[in-house]
Amino acid sequence: MNLTVRAALFITCFNDTLFPGTGRAVVELLERLGVAVDFPEEQTCCGQMHVNSGYAEDGAALARRFERVFADAERVVSPSASCVAMVREHCPAVRDRVFELTEFLVDVLGVEDVGASYPHRVAYHPTCHSLRLLKVGERPLRLLRAVQGIDLVELEDAQECCGFGGTFAVKNADTSMAMLSDKLRRVLDTRAEVCTAGDNSCLMHIGGALRRQRTGVRAVHLAEILAAQE
Amino acid sequence: MKGFPAAARETLRDSQLRRNLGKATTTIRAKRLATIAELDDWEALREAGAAIKARAMATLPEQLELLEATVTNAGGTVHWARDGAEANRIVAEVARAHGSDEVIKVKSLATDEIGLNEALAEEGIQAIETDLAELIVQLDPSDRQSHILVPAIHKNRAEIRALFERTIAQGQELGWEASAIAEAARTHLREKFLTVPVAVSGANFGIAETGTVCVVESEGNGRMCTTLPEVLVTVMGIEKVLSQWRDLEVFLQLLPRSSTAERMNPYTSLWTGVRDGDGPREFHLILLDNGRTDVLADEVGRQALHCIRCSACLNVCPVYSRAGGQAYESVYPGPIGAILTPQLKGLGEAPTLPWASSLCGACYEACPVKIDIPSVLIHLRARVVAEEQSRWDPERLAMAAVGKVFSSRTRYEGAQRLARAGRGPLGRMPVPGWTPMRDLPAVPEQSFRDWWRERRAG
Repeated sequence: MNLTVRAALFITCFNDTLFPGTGRAVVELLERLGVAVDFPEEQTCCGQMHVNSGYAEDGAALARRFERVFADAERVVSPSASCVAMVREHCPAVRDRVFELTEFLVDVLGVEDVGASYPHRVAYHPTCHSLRLLKVGERPLRLLRAVQGIDLVELEDAQECCGFGGTFAVKNADTSMAMLSDKLRRVLDTRAEVCTAGDNSCLMHIGGALRRQRTGVRAVHLAEILAAQE
Repeated sequence: MKGFPAAARETLRDSQLRRNLGKATTTIRAKRLATIAELDDWEALREAGAAIKARAMATLPEQLELLEATVTNAGGTVHWARDGAEANRIVAEVARAHGSDEVIKVKSLATDEIGLNEALAEEGIQAIETDLAELIVQLDPSDRQSHILVPAIHKNRAEIRALFERTIAQGQELGWEASAIAEAARTHLREKFLTVPVAVSGANFGIAETGTVCVVESEGNGRMCTTLPEVLVTVMGIEKVLSQWRDLEVFLQLLPRSSTAERMNPYTSLWTGVRDGDGPREFHLILLDNGRTDVLADEVGRQALHCIRCSACLNVCPVYSRAGGQAYESVYPGPIGAILTPQLKGLGEAPTLPWASSLCGACYEACPVKIDIPSVLIHLRARVVAEEQSRWDPERLAMAAVGKVFSSRTRYEGAQRLARAGRGPLGRMPVPGWTPMRDLPAVPEQSFRDWWRERRAG
């Protein structure tokens, strides 16, 4: 009997292009846990940006394409809560087979201690879509708490949006910046050296401001912490 | 109309407003969570609220005709108003018929929506707001409402005290206690309650089965208005109809807990037509459409009509709590306003509002009747793009180009290579609003898929 868990990685176009390190971390982490990872190279984008920006037809076409690309995958795993939420809502053919990374680890593999070691002070920002669309709940925190050496600190007003929201960040730049300023203040208040989350889009937003202000605080995707063995 | 981004740019500069709003919304958020946690069946109540509203909307013509019959049987007069102008005209006629050049008002969003006060002023009739916050806004000609429930939420105690000392309490020095400041308003209003013969109210609910109108409030001014004057005129949006008396059981639990975080609101007034020797001798119910049947025709957008005006979505919204209500340039601000205003007024009148949200979903989570505001926002975005946007809009062209790139692996991988060189559709994403505050990450030398292939080959 073959007990190997197989998973097709849905990297997301955003991570593929801008944050390949997160994808490498997911592969390393899953392989370390004995998962046979596949990467269907036909994948591009799930269509979320188009759908959320009002380009419903283009978005739907990309969602159909996504369903075709992942038609044969036993399970699909992705390091993006936001894109998984999009797939769950708009790709019924894949809906029941797609998992956000922390869901996959906790629910499918049944692990919380993934054997990571990360001796840093870390603040976790629960992204809106992980919290309210996927309802991942405590999963990310349970995984983080099991990381060796980590100093996981509480982030005040953690459930408040960072102000990214896709094109919102540029279309309503002033409001977005006001939201981001408050998030940044909360992150800095924790004196964490790393701010983490399950989505690189929010992290690009928070991290972009952390860098701009020369705070020395890094934004690091959750997968990279869980893969780390420092 | 400036549009939300420009209007918000102005309001965001006001540090006093930011502080007042931040403080008020944070307080009410925590209180609301504590109050709803007391009920084991909160989720079931929300489901029930959504279902009752959906049923009422699905049978709207029958419910309204029944309401007309039951109100008429109880001695009231029912008027149908297609739009604000018709409703305003009816109110003015009733006031004139009673020789009054003043009307006292219960806080009402429907009458704000149709600009009743201004319309009456043109007819030489003065409308006097009796809700404390509405009065505060009315006393300052440069001010506007900024919250559904607390229209003066943007003002703090010191600002209100100064305003009263300039207006209704001229020459007096009011104390600093909230009660002393409120006393000035009470003294001013008491005389009006006792002398003005015509009152105007809105309606939280209208029960078709019994012909009963319900107003829910905190201050008691509404009770004064609905009982003391000789004549009462109620302007009710047609979506406020409930089919049965027992439906109130659900909403009188949902509404106070969601709006003021109270188990029960201080005053719930219910009246059915007129009765000799008890309350007004004449009752008029104006059923107002003003765009509502158009909203009902939109299968996704129609759930906005389920709104019970609790304002929970405003209080939890990260956009509202920073930009404030005035940035929405509408009587209906916040997340519910962002889906209601464009539908009631027409998309072309408020095309930026569906984008005044980061789609964080806090509003949907808080809504007592489970209006899926994020989904309606996305739906309205699509409608604005389809119905209002030029075919040559730069964003539309960019989105089409990116869509084409994503539809083929070859084009996508080509675009990734171009992006690394800072060119092409993926290298020219719309970012002008990004860089003033945020660094953009550099495009890494190697994409994930390149790494994957290299590793495979290796």
